[in-house]
Amino acid sequence: MSALAPAAASAATSAIEGPRGRAGRMLAALHAEWTKFRTLPGTFWLLAATAVLTCALGGAVSAAFRCTPGYCSPADTGADPAKVALSGLYLGQVLAACVGVLVVGGEYGTGMIRVTLAALPRRLQVLAAKSCVVAGAAGAAALAGVAGSLAAGRLLLPGNGLSAANGYVVLSLGNGTDLRAFSCAALYLVLIALMGTGLTAAVRNSGAAIGITLGLLFLFPIVASVVPDHTLARHLNQLSPMTAGSYALATVGVHGLPLAPWQGIGVVALWAAGALVLGGLVLRLRDA
Amino acid sequence: MTVMVPYRSSVAPARPPGFPSLLLAEWTKLRTVRGFLIALLLTVLLPVGFTLLGRSECSFGSDGQSFACPSAPVGPDGEAVDDNLYFVHQSLPANGSITAEVTGLTGKYNQPSGNRVRVGQAFPSASGTQPWSKAGIMIKASTKQGSAYAAMLVTGSNGTRMQWDYTGDTAGLRGNVSASSPRWLRLVRSGSTVTGYDSRNGSTWTEVGRYQVHGLPASGTVQVGLFAASPSHTTVTNSIGSSVGSQGPALATGAFAAVTASGTAGAGPWTGTEIGSGIGPVPPGAPTPGGPGSIFDGSWQQAGPAAFTVSGSGEVGPDVPGAPDSIGASVQVALSGMFVALIVVIVLGALFVAAEYRRGMIRVTLAAAPSRWRVLAAKSAVLAAASFVAGLIAVGITLPLGLHLLRAGGNPIDPISALTEARMAVGTALLLAVAAVLALAIGAMTRRSMLAIVTVIVFIFIPYILVNVANLLPGATTHWLLRLLPIAAFSIQQPYPAYHQVLAPYTASNGYYPLAPWAGLGVLVLWAAVALVAAGWLLRRRDA
Repeated sequence: MSALAPAAASAATSAIEGPRGRAGRMLAALHAEWTKFRTLPGTFWLLAATAVLTCALGGAVSAAFRCTPGYCSPADTGADPAKVALSGLYLGQVLAACVGVLVVGGEYGTGMIRVTLAALPRRLQVLAAKSCVVAGAAGAAALAGVAGSLAAGRLLLPGNGLSAANGYVVLSLGNGTDLRAFSCAALYLVLIALMGTGLTAAVRNSGAAIGITLGLLFLFPIVASVVPDHTLARHLNQLSPMTAGSYALATVGVHGLPLAPWQGIGVVALWAAGALVLGGLVLRLRDA
Repeated sequence: MTVMVPYRSSVAPARPPGFPSLLLAEWTKLRTVRGFLIALLLTVLLPVGFTLLGRSECSFGSDGQSFACPSAPVGPDGEAVDDNLYFVHQSLPANGSITAEVTGLTGKYNQPSGNRVRVGQAFPSASGTQPWSKAGIMIKASTKQGSAYAAMLVTGSNGTRMQWDYTGDTAGLRGNVSASSPRWLRLVRSGSTVTGYDSRNGSTWTEVGRYQVHGLPASGTVQVGLFAASPSHTTVTNSIGSSVGSQGPALATGAFAAVTASGTAGAGPWTGTEIGSGIGPVPPGAPTPGGPGSIFDGSWQQAGPAAFTVSGSGEVGPDVPGAPDSIGASVQVALSGMFVALIVVIVLGALFVAAEYRRGMIRVTLAAAPSRWRVLAAKSAVLAAASFVAGLIAVGITLPLGLHLLRAGGNPIDPISALTEARMAVGTALLLAVAAVLALAIGAMTRRSMLAIVTVIVFIFIPYILVNVANLLPGATTHWLLRLLPIAAFSIQQPYPAYHQVLAPYTASNGYYPLAPWAGLGVLVLWAAVALVAAGWLLRRRDA
């Protein structure tokens, strides 16, 4: 009996103190974040909307695409079938950003963040765990949405002039450039979600955070499209998360773009990393 | 026995607060929350910052040499114009007239293949006229670019027209001109009034129009003669947001017979002038020394005492920014900084109501003022007024500042009237106010700031990006989106009218919208009104 006591005591202690070791603590944090994430009623619908609306808008633009008869050659339209099919990203990125924002912003809105930080005092670990959950969930939704867009584009675009007969490459994952475009598209959605997570940790208000995230996404291309100075417009496009991300989706005329595809997705990754670092700093340094 | 007197408070029963007190209450909430004040401040500061950052210089050149960008000449009514034509003319010292029979209009043009134009690449030239190739008779104040004129002319496929002072255009006889179906044209000057006539046979004349031509001297010498001009060959393809598919220079040649001018006696021989290239009069038959051996140089031949052929290239008409023949840039650029203000007021509008739900403040608000419709009205009014004022300050700084910086950077911005500038400024501030109210209404419906912000931003910005930046949708779809969705309101920023007599991509990215400016803003007002009514109905029906 006395031999059993230390083991029981140790079990009791470990139950109170939680798992030991860096990996064990991280696993526990991930488990906690995943539980919070999956038990909120809205998240599933938001993820479903990300996937469905991405391929719905992509399908709608693919269906609406027209080229003037006689001017349908790739040289005339300059059209990029992959980019047309992935038009749904314009909407999908907004919903992905919402996923990223809600995971942090929801806790600040309800005061839950204080409970979270009391249970998991290592704040950077909390942010890391949240980022992993966001990346995994947004990644799953993004893959579904992008796959749907690919299917819609493959079905609809050849009928609207972007056919093999007119000199276009029909969308297929067997094709290296298309594979790059579609995997970058999924990666792009994940990175935008992470950018939302980081910015929300920095500003602590869902409304302000989504405003800033969408502002960063939409303002650059709009301003770049009207600025008359081409050098300035080019730099704005290289800097803009949305435009740099769109360069990663290019399959036609890749060499004429301001950024190569991998550089483009790299710029988006830098934005996401910058936002997460900023969010981590604020989370670490300020009272919750 | 004592009589029990029920207690009655001596305080008069509280009447629900009047609308002015509600306005005051909402205004107090707006000005005392730090985040709201920051938002209003950002509405002003961010666009100004964007404008200062976005200054751009215009110049072109190579090998270390750079030249200033040329700007479009200014017409008699103060608008930017294109004035490039070949003019064979005589002086007309006082009143008089000119009559000519046009027996043919032919043309040639360059057709670049596709939209990949390489510098120095030679294109095959093709024969044929452009829809608005022009040849005819003209009375013009002088041979200076931008001077007043009135003309009777035949076109490539738009029949006979009378055009005056660059923007005026009236249709005359229909059908194309040929040797078997000639057109007789006549212009009569009486002071600064010019009357145009056309005829199929030279004996039965129809008056096409009689116009007071601004800038044509009432007395004094003007130039009268024959001219030819042709806007560039343009294919406006529909596949990518109705952008210009291809374009190339074009030349029109008019054949004239029976040319008679009255009132020009003793005015000397006919002289040919290439207006727009800065080259003076040239003797008959000689090609103008414009481009190096270009086949698009203007020229003229006299085949007999009253028979001429005149060839000319270029556009005579209003300068349409975005058109192939335009060298001007649009004023609309100076307003691009206001997009950031739009996002800020949308966030403000959504938070202004949703924050009350988050803090439970809405229950206090509704306890104090039980009439929910009036609370919503007061909130909207205060928000709209604050956004409008902040927006007006922002646009009042950005528009003049942006125009100044653009012009200082050598950008050839086409001028606009003060009235148009005022409409663009006030309209943009109104656009911000109405968009903020739309966000407030959605915020009152959803009770969650984030959902409201996302809904409104998605609703406004994604169509805008699809229409203007991505250029993926066909022209017809684009036009319907610009008529039905809140982005219709951007038509309040349209600086220049569209002209049917200039073939150009009249797209939103060039600053042209399918709806009239105030009608477009009305579409957004309608959306906001519908959302507000729905919000009020929900506010009444649901518990707070």
